[in-house]
Amino acid sequence: MLTFNNLTIGYNKHPVIHHLNMHIEKGTSVAIVGPNGCGKSSLLKGIMSFIKPMGGSITIDISRDKIAYLPQSSTVDKTFPMTTLELVSSGLLYKKSFWAGLNRDDIRLVNSTLEKVGLKGMADEPLKALSGGQIQRALFARLIIQDAELILLDEPFNAIDYKTTVELLKIIRMWIDAGKTVISVLHDLKQVRDNFTYTAILSRELVAYGLTEEVLTGDNLDKAFSNSFYPHKDANICNK
Amino acid sequence: MLNDLYSYLIQPLLSYDFMQKASVSLICLCLSAPLIGVFLTLKRMSLSGDAISHAILPGAAVGFLFSGLSVTAMTIGGMIAGIVVIIMSSLFSRASKSSEESNLAVFYLFSLALGVLIISLNGSNLDLLHFLFGSVFAIGSETIVLLGICTTVTLIVLSFIARPLILDIVDPLFLESVSKSGTWVHICFMILAVFNLVSSFQAIGTLMAVGIMIIPATSAKFWSYRLTSILVISVFQALISSYVGLIMSFHYNVPCSPAIIISLSTLYLVSFIFGSHKGIIKKFIKGKHYEN
Repeated sequence: MLTFNNLTIGYNKHPVIHHLNMHIEKGTSVAIVGPNGCGKSSLLKGIMSFIKPMGGSITIDISRDKIAYLPQSSTVDKTFPMTTLELVSSGLLYKKSFWAGLNRDDIRLVNSTLEKVGLKGMADEPLKALSGGQIQRALFARLIIQDAELILLDEPFNAIDYKTTVELLKIIRMWIDAGKTVISVLHDLKQVRDNFTYTAILSRELVAYGLTEEVLTGDNLDKAFSNSFYPHKDANICNK
Repeated sequence: MLNDLYSYLIQPLLSYDFMQKASVSLICLCLSAPLIGVFLTLKRMSLSGDAISHAILPGAAVGFLFSGLSVTAMTIGGMIAGIVVIIMSSLFSRASKSSEESNLAVFYLFSLALGVLIISLNGSNLDLLHFLFGSVFAIGSETIVLLGICTTVTLIVLSFIARPLILDIVDPLFLESVSKSGTWVHICFMILAVFNLVSSFQAIGTLMAVGIMIIPATSAKFWSYRLTSILVISVFQALISSYVGLIMSFHYNVPCSPAIIISLSTLYLVSFIFGSHKGIIKKFIKGKHYEN
């Protein structure tokens, strides 16, 4: 489904991911682990084409509208006059024509999805009345509504309480069970071990990729976390 | 009593041709400019309207130099200047990842300086005042047609781009992840803002047109949390203020545009105090709180 071919991604000619070769099969769940600044989020942005590769390429064998993305920190403007239902239904509406509004089935779908993510009865609440955890639940509801084949999650449990995290992890498992490809950047290794079949450890370069129980070893983690990630002004030109 | 009220409030509109033309022009303006204003304030670009109104000056001035007070020439000139400024500031901000408002400030100031230079070299201060404050009682049929076209185009285009425009404001990264329309929708919307300001400068002047855009949009938010209601309330406030301004101007011989803006500002103050959603009185009334 997704192949990185000698991929280099970075900013201002300094790579944050260097010469990455990796293939992700359809229907697998992959956790991306590594220290801060090692390029985990940049990799997801590269998949979304938000940043262009400095070298190599990314091959995806599904169309762009089959990919859903949840960024690290929500960019939702909570002051906008919009209700929870309207936010969640945006996952549906962008597929519709300019004039088409929500029909009864759409509203029923949105309401049942809100119930799944623990936001029953919150459909008409304005965004500004929602807590950080409730916004994250609403964004998960929108991901469900998008019904994508490839789901990219960038640190989805940042600043989210324990109960919400547990409930949202259930939704991720639901996606995995349904055969969707889920790629998530995570820091909690227990969450990785309990929920993701495959793990990629990044440390500017790929340290290890494979089955989680084989990859998530002390040696690999030591190797990943021993690097520093500050771009050096006097760095040499890469000749790889 | 009723006859007095009729002759004071209604008769001027029915008896004088110039009052009818002014009314139709203002109705057109009020049906579109506040809608643009609501989205501008939601984009946190309230002052951009002001900047654009200054930016169109050199284009209108060049049009004036070539064809005198010709609506078509000044409209085309103003549109070109406004569109160049908003596209340049959008492209510069996206290329350099810097704030669009600061780039817009640079371009509009350059444009304004150029406009003042052109007018002072070839015209008089009176011409500049006409640009900035308009002359609603001297409005011609050509301008009314232009305002009608502007309102129609604004309503049609806004209804087409509303969905991506809202998403671009409320969650720009989501829009970017599902569609590449964000930049184009933004530019399209800003062109609508330019069109509204350019076509209104004959009626109430570019400076005062910003008032009809931004003030009702800001006061409407004191009354509702629903976008649709905010849009409708802003249009109503603009219509009421325009009517009051027009009548005041007729009876007391004061300039119409400032009278409209002062009416709008009064409605803003009323909304700020009594608004049912965010009015200051509502904040001070403390009832018993709920259990959860």
